[in-house]
Amino acid sequence: MMKRIVLSSLLIAGLAACSSTPVKETEAVKVEDKSATSATKSGPDSKSVTQSTVAVNPLKDPGSILSKRNVFFDFDEYVVKDEFKPLVQAHAKYLGQNGSKVTVLGNTDERGSREYNLALGQRRADAVKKAMTILGANDKQIETVSYGEEKAKCAQAEESCWAQNRRADLVYQGEQ
Amino acid sequence: MKAFRLFAFIVMLFTLGKAQAQLTIEIVGGAGKQFPIAVVPFANESALPQSLTQIIGADLARSGLFRLVNASGVTPLPSEPSEINYADWRGRGADAMVVGRIKTLENGQLEIRFRVMDAVKQTQLAGAVLTASTAQLRTTAHRIADIIYEAITGDKGVFTTRIAYVVKQGKRYELQVSDADGFGAQTVLASNEPLLSPAWSPEGNQLAYVSFENKRPIVVVQNLSTGARRIVANFRGNNSAPAWLPDGRSLVVALSKDAISQLYVIPAGGGDAKRLTSSSGIDTEPTVSADGKWIAFLSDRGGSPQIYQIPSSGGDAQRLTFEGSYNASPDWSPDGKSITFIQRDEGRFRVALLELSTGQVQVLTDSSLDESPSFAPNGKMILYATQAGGRGVLATVSADGRVKSRLSATSGDIREPAWGPFPKN
Repeated sequence: MMKRIVLSSLLIAGLAACSSTPVKETEAVKVEDKSATSATKSGPDSKSVTQSTVAVNPLKDPGSILSKRNVFFDFDEYVVKDEFKPLVQAHAKYLGQNGSKVTVLGNTDERGSREYNLALGQRRADAVKKAMTILGANDKQIETVSYGEEKAKCAQAEESCWAQNRRADLVYQGEQ
Repeated sequence: MKAFRLFAFIVMLFTLGKAQAQLTIEIVGGAGKQFPIAVVPFANESALPQSLTQIIGADLARSGLFRLVNASGVTPLPSEPSEINYADWRGRGADAMVVGRIKTLENGQLEIRFRVMDAVKQTQLAGAVLTASTAQLRTTAHRIADIIYEAITGDKGVFTTRIAYVVKQGKRYELQVSDADGFGAQTVLASNEPLLSPAWSPEGNQLAYVSFENKRPIVVVQNLSTGARRIVANFRGNNSAPAWLPDGRSLVVALSKDAISQLYVIPAGGGDAKRLTSSSGIDTEPTVSADGKWIAFLSDRGGSPQIYQIPSSGGDAQRLTFEGSYNASPDWSPDGKSITFIQRDEGRFRVALLELSTGQVQVLTDSSLDESPSFAPNGKMILYATQAGGRGVLATVSADGRVKSRLSATSGDIREPAWGPFPKN
């Protein structure tokens, strides 16, 4: 827990430091954050004592597209569907504008061969990585790992559940 | 540091104690002609902690080729050919009989003397004298079952072989090895991260497998007698699908270090990986022919997962499966003439058999979520994973599809079976 607080305040400090760069849509939302007293020098209320208003970590802000981390796929497919392109684009832009590192975790539903699913999960993760590098992220910022069908989130044998499991997740360094 | 991290995630168990999941056998289907045989309880057998002839009978019945003839009400039970009343046993339907006796030697060892008799011709088909300790009773029973099986069918028995599989209990994964009948299970590795694709070395003394202990798939080889483990493939991306070459010195693996999953050959001790395939699709699940000349594998280079083959030195791929849009998990038969694999048809995944000379495919099972078929070393049976009651169980089907049996554990989710080679003596 302690580690997470330190990390998130570091992230905020990092964001505050580069707040002049044009990433307005991801930094626009400001909320109270009691743990971020060390990160307030660029905020307008930086001289006020206990409570300060700063840009919240957009990766954790439910109002930001960057808080959305799941890209879903069709059965036996690894093409990033149009509906997930804004999400992928936002993360690519975010990565392009700061030095963050992200791991893309590829997953599949449990039907069929475990080994084929492992390769398919890798292919999904690689597809997301490729899209992000085209859109501004650096190759070295993105690791890909496949879990295949081994870490399914939903356990029922039905399509609604399988659809949730055919997924790539974006996990930023320090988040897990 | 890396080594420390490796072991931090792993609890290794090398106890001789029983593993948690005990498998039990249940024959779920059988048709066609079965050979009627009477396995008469051996003289002095009742003094043993477990009945030898019960284990022998269960082995023979599970093969699907034998029907056991009841010996109840016969007194005294024959233990020598001269004591057999053939007319009576023929009346009970027996075409063959097994009789024997057990003697305790001065050193405490047991001497087991038995004969397999043709009940029609009244001639001896096989016989042997074995010595064993009481701790070796089960193994000895399997050896006797092998001798009987070979005497009557002409094929080598597989009752003394072992199988490997993965059991998932909650969040814990255990790689286990047991006798071919599912008894005597031992845990060779336990991990909190997934384990898959165990593959027996040709000598049967090592297992290669895929472990997620470093939070991503790597290929590990473990010596079964010493427990020593070594990482064979730990490249960027996926390291998976190990298959041994027949000399036991190298493995074919699927790696995604240079592209999407492709096949490579790598020394069994680890080292440089030599690339075998260069396709635009996923290449994985290699299986090597017994003569070592060919590798069959799954590839979706043509748009859907199908089985292909290449020379094991590399070269052009030839497509082997054409029916259906999903053919996966090939395993080459020991005689090289056929390949078992999983075929999806109308949403059902079933065990199928491809006859290489004709290209003909026969679906062997009628379940819907079958995985990982693995040939017995005599090629007569196929072990696979399937679902029953919402959890994974192991099952066998005869290579002609006529007889099915199920090896179901009392708990846990069982998957990824691999049938080991004939024991080396």
